[in-house]
Amino acid sequence: MRNLVPILTVLAAIVALWYAAVAPMNIRGALDVAERAGSDVVPAESRARFEQSIWRLMADNSEHIALGYSLDRPRLPTPVQVGAELWKTTGEMALRGRALSKRSLIYHGWITLQSTLWGFALGTVLGMAGAIAIVYSRVVNMSLMPWAIISQTVPIVALAPMIIVLSSQVGIEGRTVPKAIISAYLCYFPVLVGMVKGLRSPGAAQLDLLRTYSASGLQAFLKLRLPASMPYLFTSLKIGIAAALVGTIVGELPTGAISGLGARILIGDQFGTPLAIWAALFAAAILAGILVTLLDLMQRATLRRMGVQA
Amino acid sequence: MLNSNHLDEGPQSGLNREKHVISAKSLDLTFQTNDGPVHALSGVDLDIGKGEFVSFIGPSGCGKTTFLRCIAALEAPTGGTLTVNGMTPDEARRARAYGYVFQAAGLYPWRTIEKNIALPLEIMGYSKSEQDERIARVLDLVELSNFGKKYPWQLSGGMQQRASIARALAFDADILLMDEPFGALDEIVRDHLNEQLLELWARTEKTIGFVTHSIPEAVYLSTKIVVMSPRPGRITDVIDSPLPKERPLDIRDTPEFLAIAHRVREGLRAGHAYDD
Repeated sequence: MRNLVPILTVLAAIVALWYAAVAPMNIRGALDVAERAGSDVVPAESRARFEQSIWRLMADNSEHIALGYSLDRPRLPTPVQVGAELWKTTGEMALRGRALSKRSLIYHGWITLQSTLWGFALGTVLGMAGAIAIVYSRVVNMSLMPWAIISQTVPIVALAPMIIVLSSQVGIEGRTVPKAIISAYLCYFPVLVGMVKGLRSPGAAQLDLLRTYSASGLQAFLKLRLPASMPYLFTSLKIGIAAALVGTIVGELPTGAISGLGARILIGDQFGTPLAIWAALFAAAILAGILVTLLDLMQRATLRRMGVQA
Repeated sequence: MLNSNHLDEGPQSGLNREKHVISAKSLDLTFQTNDGPVHALSGVDLDIGKGEFVSFIGPSGCGKTTFLRCIAALEAPTGGTLTVNGMTPDEARRARAYGYVFQAAGLYPWRTIEKNIALPLEIMGYSKSEQDERIARVLDLVELSNFGKKYPWQLSGGMQQRASIARALAFDADILLMDEPFGALDEIVRDHLNEQLLELWARTEKTIGFVTHSIPEAVYLSTKIVVMSPRPGRITDVIDSPLPKERPLDIRDTPEFLAIAHRVREGLRAGHAYDD
């Protein structure tokens, strides 16, 4: 209960800021609507209004500001409009038994989720394998780590189309695989860095103790390094799955994809339907929230089983 | 002396029964560092007999921990010879000649006390039933029988260190090497653990190598006190304690005890004259 107050305060502040921003963002659209409806607008000409600042327009047309909160194609929709659009394309369609229709965000979210999970699995495996190689081999540490860092400085939007083109060149059908590769590309890095740190977390005394038992390298890995890295692993996985989702959406954006949340965002932009963009954006955020929460629950269950103090 | 052999079932018991369990002859160890060579050990000669309780005392940098690590084959000497149970330290380690207790208990936080003690047994491939039997036995030995199912964070520092001693005892090594095991504990707990350690030593007849920087602790526990001094790390005095094996805590107020403590202090002071 005590935690609820600050959370709600922040939420209320964000919503208030959002509502306040809607008026200046939509004032031009509101005045266009008012002009078409035959109301008096200052200045009366659409072209002349473009010369004016939005603040001036708001001051001169204060009676029309309210129109900005109910436009069909707002620059910035209100939270209620976004919520309504989101419901229209998810819950309502599901209620009508059309959850997997191509107009439903559930369908597009499912497309995105598939690639995200494949990418996440691939990225996690690559990241963990890379981390193990780095921890156990000085040569790999010196040769692989710089490339891993460089790989993350290349903008993914520049790389995504190339990955799509190259994967179709080698005969991979469909978009699931190239999207998963893009998503793995973003996802492996936090896993790699976190696991390197986690696998290296046991101190010298811990490793000496195992040497006094003449433990093999494999035993040291399974009994000490791997369990010691678990808290680091889960933190990395949470960052990794969010990165995987971003990767998939980026993979859907500039590449002519027609399904997936990224494609919805692009199509919304091309067809001038900002509500669709915002709804897809929120669907992506909600999806990310669910995925991270699931990992958090897994983390709690695992660490509790490992006897970590609650 | 109590003649209990109930912990002596290891494969190497009865073998290599020579006079000296640990024998060092003009042992040298030089670390190459960026600031030039550091002589951690220089010309160390020492023989330790079976069943002895040997303390190593000296200021930091005198090589007492390094010497213990050499015995455990965690460091490799650069000169001289060192045998453990008549073998090289490496062979002795593979023959499970010693259990090592570090200053930090170093229990795995994700394992219960039982499972922590099971760690060396799992690595050495003991069967599950034998693991259980040994865990019960050593838990009893360190008086932690009711705490096997607890996690380390549920135990006090002193109890954690007792658990780590139990872990070192679990696989029946004849030698127990202890590197400032009670250094991080307060004095009251330390007194209690010292008493318990003497009891445990009497019951198990282990040979114990014990690093400390506390003079009362060294004198109270040991049959032999090795005084060391730094730069280069070397032995300045070896004192065979005339104290009886039976030692109540108030033995520390007797003239004999104080005389040994005085001699240790003199030895430490002589070593320090090299400073400045």
